[in-house]
Amino acid sequence: MIRIDSSIHLFIESTNQCFNESILMKPSPVTPNPATAYGASARRWNWRRALAPTGNAGDAIFRGLLFLAALLLLVIVGAMVGSMASNSALSLKRFGFGFLTGQTWNPVRDEFGALPFIYGTVMSSLIALFIAVPLSLGVAIFLVEQAPRRLARPIAFLVELLAAIPSVVYGLWGIFVLAPVLREYVEPPLARWLGWLPLFQGTVTGIGLLTGGVILAIMITPIITAVVRDVLTAVPVSQREAALALGATKWETTRVVLANAASGIAGAIILGLGRAIGETMAVTMVIGNRPKISASLFEPSYTIASVIANEFTEATDDLYLSALVEIGLILFLVTFIVNGIAKLLVWSVTRGTSGTARAT
Amino acid sequence: MSFSQKNSRAISALLCVAMLSLFLSGCSGERVGGGALPGGGNAGDSGGAIRLQGAGATFPNPLYQKWLSEYGKLNPNVRIDYQSIGSGGGIKQIQAQTVDFGASDAPMTDDEIRKSPGELLHVPTVLGAVVLTYNLQGVEQPLKFSPEVIADIFLGKIKRWDDARIKADNAGASLPAADITVVHRSDGSGTTAVFTDYLSKVSPEWKEKVGADKSPQWPTGQGGKGNEGVTGQIKQQPNTIGYVELAYAVQNRLPVAHIKNSAGNFVEPSIDAVTAAAAATTSSLPEDLRTSITNPTGADAYPIASYTYILAYKEQKDAAKGKALVDFLWWGIHDGERFAKDLQYAPLPADVVKRAEAKINSITSGGKTLRAAQ
Amino acid sequence: MQASVQTKDKRRRLTSAVMTTLTAACAVFVVLVLVIILGYIALRGLGSLNLEFLISAPKPVGEGGGIGNAILGTLILLLMASVVGLPLGIATGVYLAEFGEGRFASLVRFVTDTLTGVPSIVVGVFVYTLIVLPLKQFSAMAGGAALALIMIPIVARTTEEMIRLVPTSMREGALALGAPQWRVTTGVVLPAAASGIATGAMLAIARVSGETAPLLFTAFGSRFFNFYLDQPIASLTVQIYNYAISPYDEWHAQAWAATLVLMTLILSINIVVRFFTRKKF
Repeated sequence: MIRIDSSIHLFIESTNQCFNESILMKPSPVTPNPATAYGASARRWNWRRALAPTGNAGDAIFRGLLFLAALLLLVIVGAMVGSMASNSALSLKRFGFGFLTGQTWNPVRDEFGALPFIYGTVMSSLIALFIAVPLSLGVAIFLVEQAPRRLARPIAFLVELLAAIPSVVYGLWGIFVLAPVLREYVEPPLARWLGWLPLFQGTVTGIGLLTGGVILAIMITPIITAVVRDVLTAVPVSQREAALALGATKWETTRVVLANAASGIAGAIILGLGRAIGETMAVTMVIGNRPKISASLFEPSYTIASVIANEFTEATDDLYLSALVEIGLILFLVTFIVNGIAKLLVWSVTRGTSGTARAT
Repeated sequence: MSFSQKNSRAISALLCVAMLSLFLSGCSGERVGGGALPGGGNAGDSGGAIRLQGAGATFPNPLYQKWLSEYGKLNPNVRIDYQSIGSGGGIKQIQAQTVDFGASDAPMTDDEIRKSPGELLHVPTVLGAVVLTYNLQGVEQPLKFSPEVIADIFLGKIKRWDDARIKADNAGASLPAADITVVHRSDGSGTTAVFTDYLSKVSPEWKEKVGADKSPQWPTGQGGKGNEGVTGQIKQQPNTIGYVELAYAVQNRLPVAHIKNSAGNFVEPSIDAVTAAAAATTSSLPEDLRTSITNPTGADAYPIASYTYILAYKEQKDAAKGKALVDFLWWGIHDGERFAKDLQYAPLPADVVKRAEAKINSITSGGKTLRAAQ
Repeated sequence: MQASVQTKDKRRRLTSAVMTTLTAACAVFVVLVLVIILGYIALRGLGSLNLEFLISAPKPVGEGGGIGNAILGTLILLLMASVVGLPLGIATGVYLAEFGEGRFASLVRFVTDTLTGVPSIVVGVFVYTLIVLPLKQFSAMAGGAALALIMIPIVARTTEEMIRLVPTSMREGALALGAPQWRVTTGVVLPAAASGIATGAMLAIARVSGETAPLLFTAFGSRFFNFYLDQPIASLTVQIYNYAISPYDEWHAQAWAATLVLMTLILSINIVVRFFTRKKF
């Protein structure tokens, strides 16, 4: 009775463990797989059985067609990687790993280094996460844990609408609304109060890393929110009831839920990161497009996706084109890996609650 | 089969149709495209109208859009499309033969010509001036710049508007105590090539550190895409300076700087000053018409000017399209020139028109001259 | 002792109240951002919107002109993307849901999932090298292919999820009647999941209708009305982009009006979908 909050802490720890164990021990997804019902599950790959496990010609054709469609998808992705790898061979051979650390991007002298773009991409994405993560967590918690259902649904819909706005529209809005607002009302105070940090020094222009990051933050907030919402919904109600029964306040209950959903939330954040990295148009329109690394967030920068959008149609030189394609390849691989990690993390929480996991 | 019902039959039929259409479109899409276009070929036949696709420099885009609109009114059966994607893009796309004509402010380099799959002709269309424009509050009179000052601003060596060297040329102007924000092109640009060509001629340091090119590595500043992008960014942000084509500055009522020419006079960029620059150089025009006219001699000549070119293959694969292109070019350098002045371009001098005519006349298809075929 | 428990209790309640308010504030803020963006688009867009603008092609600066060709272009591109992307995506989704076992299916599922996150600009580069360069022609076809590529994984995943929601008992019932598997899938499972699949398809269309990056060097752009698939074609998004970075006030105004048209298209798809799936969520 004396230390209520410590008992709650203990509770958090223990439920956390239980939950993780229950996930780890779950043998298979809840949804029964229809294929199993037909006795079609083949341990080893056998095309004959794979195509016609029921011995029906119609089935074989049907299955073959579907299989072709699925295969085509793999072929396309394979072709993507293949064509990009072969088109970037020249640059790969010439620069090797130095490409990743080179700071000069000079088409005139055939010097190509991707570091300024990598820096711009990473920094703008970090700014975006810095703003979007707390915001999205707040919205998701509000929607799942606090808002009455009647209020939660329309708000959730409105937040998701933010994700429906096209990138180029964000860019347009960024140029004409956000950039001037940041230049007049946000960046000068930042420079005044935090100007001792190298991050906030230099000329205030409204076009630069900060604006790119803020636009990205708005764009990834609905994505992170949606996934966190799914993840929180997937945490069993019993966890909340147990916490409440121990006398926890609403916020303490929420913390129990958050702790249980931690890996899924991490997945949601990484998913947002993946989206931020690959975003093109909006960032291109507000980031200033200069391949130079500078400490200040007010300075113009350049991202991987933007340099492709700006320079791809006009790279006349073979090596130049090859370097651009290599940058595209890097972007492809990085987003592929980041998204893969995110998916695995989100699955670890939502698995078993069939159908609520989102494709995007 | 007793099982099948209307509903299921409809659905399966739908799926089959969908599948079929998928495979058909998958195969035929390639074939139709490949068949109808033997090497960028006879797509014009499909609608009775001849379609030409051009792309390239943003510098003459306002003029070309006017030309296409006017020419379209005279020749409704010819449809010419032009997309301003930058001179670099124009050169690349004509090399890749994805367009019927390219456009560039900077003539192609020897290297670029060597890499092209056919002989490319440079047809000059008009002359334009690259001007320095800026966004400074409280500065009424046009600013004046010496060549060295311009170079040092774009090298990042002069950082403040109230720098003594800027003040020296602009006695009486109330220059703000603010940082200079340089805006340059982020895309491969003929405008940039002209501007950096000029800077390389007037500043040895620029020539050594940066050089003249369509997309050099900028020592300072932020990039905007196209003349449009740079103008837009200068309009949007105070204390900026950048270089754009004269028309863009005039259309947007942006101030333009006067620049000291090789004769030591501060010259306002104007059509006459550009014509003066061209006049000073026509005698030395090379056979292929690829030339730079920056920093010319002449007391009234504006120092940062250039021809802008349309790039076309000497040998046209498709006679109908080639003919349409030749006619359009011919119309452009004659009738089209009268639209130039309104849009702040200088028309070609008469003897350059003669040289351009010769180029257009030399365009052939299957060995036959297209212009004479009229 | 008692007092300290009480203050602690108070503090806990206070923390809870503060945090609850904060999360609510987050929600309000995000909704506010949406309202500001949409409101600004409506405000700026309505000014230059009229019938003439909606049906005419672009003209040189200062002579008006409209976005009729871009609206048509976007519709053609969406149609092409749907014709290729929907069947492929649905077929892949059915495959994953009905035969989704084994290493191959897991690979397909994983690739599909991660493909949804691949930046659309990369798809544009891929289609440029695959279609534009060999054909030596920017074309509506290439643009449609790029959009289809973006659509396929989205449709595949929603289809799979929707089919998985169909109860196994329905399949078993049909199988027990002696129907072959393909009839069960096409006759029982697909109709049962049809509305869900349609929803996914609509959302995928809404998503790609806003894509710009993959169209920049595939569909390219055009100033004319174009009906030929082997020619470059205009699209709303590319037009907005070109106008947005232009220096002309007139074109800026047109960009906002075009944005309003595009947003109306996208939002109405979203709202319609929302209306039809209201019961499900």
